[in-house]
Amino acid sequence: MPTPETQPFFDAAARGELRIQRCLDCGRPFFHPRPCCPFCASADLEWFTTSGRATLYSYTITHRPAPGFEAPYAIAVVQLAEGPRMMTNIVGVENTPGNLVLDMDLRVTFEQRGDVTIPQFTPVEVA
Amino acid sequence: MTDVVIAGAAETDEIGVLPHHSTLRLHVEGARNAVADAGLRMSDIDGIASVSSPGPVMVAHALGVAPRWIDGTGVGGTSFLLHVRHAVEAIRAGHASTVLITHGESGRSRVGAARGAFPASSPNAQFEAPYGVTGPPSMFTIPLLRYMKEFGLTAEQLASVAVVQREWASRNPRARYRDPITVEDVLASKMISYPLHLLECCLVTDGGGALVVTSAERARDLPRPPVHILGTGETFESPLISQMADFTTSAAFRRSSADAFAEAGITHSDVDHVMIYDAFAHVPVYGLEDMGFVGRGEAGAFIAEGRTAPGGELPLNTNGGGLSYTHTGMYGMFLVQESVRQLRGQAAAQVPGAEVSVALGNGGMFMAAGTLVLSNHT
Repeated sequence: MPTPETQPFFDAAARGELRIQRCLDCGRPFFHPRPCCPFCASADLEWFTTSGRATLYSYTITHRPAPGFEAPYAIAVVQLAEGPRMMTNIVGVENTPGNLVLDMDLRVTFEQRGDVTIPQFTPVEVA
Repeated sequence: MTDVVIAGAAETDEIGVLPHHSTLRLHVEGARNAVADAGLRMSDIDGIASVSSPGPVMVAHALGVAPRWIDGTGVGGTSFLLHVRHAVEAIRAGHASTVLITHGESGRSRVGAARGAFPASSPNAQFEAPYGVTGPPSMFTIPLLRYMKEFGLTAEQLASVAVVQREWASRNPRARYRDPITVEDVLASKMISYPLHLLECCLVTDGGGALVVTSAERARDLPRPPVHILGTGETFESPLISQMADFTTSAAFRRSSADAFAEAGITHSDVDHVMIYDAFAHVPVYGLEDMGFVGRGEAGAFIAEGRTAPGGELPLNTNGGGLSYTHTGMYGMFLVQESVRQLRGQAAAQVPGAEVSVALGNGGMFMAAGTLVLSNHT
């Protein structure tokens, strides 16, 4: 359930954009959305659209599914090209240890879930 | 500065699967046992600490305690280590003379248990829950693959954590699982959350325990040998596992332990016995490194070589740990109970001559930490 601080993130996701915040005092980007900078506590913030590129930082493959999920599936943390990390799922590839290699390149995609749209990530095809 | 000690420590009569016990009963039973262990009466208690639910007010009310100091700090399974730290300061300040710290949890049977879901508007609910997390097994485990890649920890070394703790558990009649296991057994057990197998995940049990903390002066004429609280630390890192700064190390483990060691004025070579919260097999690996007992990337080999096992140089999780002894959901209370038993010389798997014990607690999924340095002398 979005709050006033997080609504811009979900509004952007609904348009197919991954937008996060950046501090205008110390210049550092961060995730998740919040009312002040986690590095310097400044409330002088702006939203910007990321490149949507990321790498696979770490994950687990759960064999005990949450309601509405079909196990096994990976619960991943990706590192955005801009620096911050976020939790996500990896879609478009069977979630096996062989397919999911740490530091592999990913790009954002979006999935409608009821009232909200959430970002997911998918492997960038190697040419 | 008033020296402060643990004068009473006891668990519930039984731990394990107790569907006939409410959560409140587990608190009350542990509390009565601990106060009796201290040689005190409930009317001597003037401070109380506990984590919800049911919380310190409900527990104090049930016991007929009228406290002048209350602490309900709730940072997950390490809360009780923070309560000990806070009780030390309260006693030194004169806000209380004798503090009771209680834990009870129907983690297995869920009798009167609170639901653990995050509020819908929390960052956890908005930015982690949509990805299908199902509590600790699918969250606490996420950093491990990054650690394995960075430091070359092998699946066999990780499995050895469970094997060694079962060795300790086999010496402890109260441990739930006591049959010896091998690395092969661990790796052949069911995959729960890759790369962790069933035998690398903690138990889920019912149980409780309590501690009585008072001044060394007050404890002088009490029956048990006092356990001195030499140093303490507490901190948190992030309520979201995805926002840990570095998945190969816990900043909370490092900071709380550095503070506790500094306050105690000890070095690692002074430590005879260690308890590290082991909700999953990788947590003691992080803990040994983050406390500084071994260098970065060395803990897997250290454990696999038997150096924390019976007869090893650094006895670790001597009750069998959360993997084999018990794990109610907030296991921190049981860390302290085993440290106290070791320092009193009354542990089932007693470490000969143990004088200094360190307990490191985890709260949430690498969210918070508390560290205690305890000793049977000042």
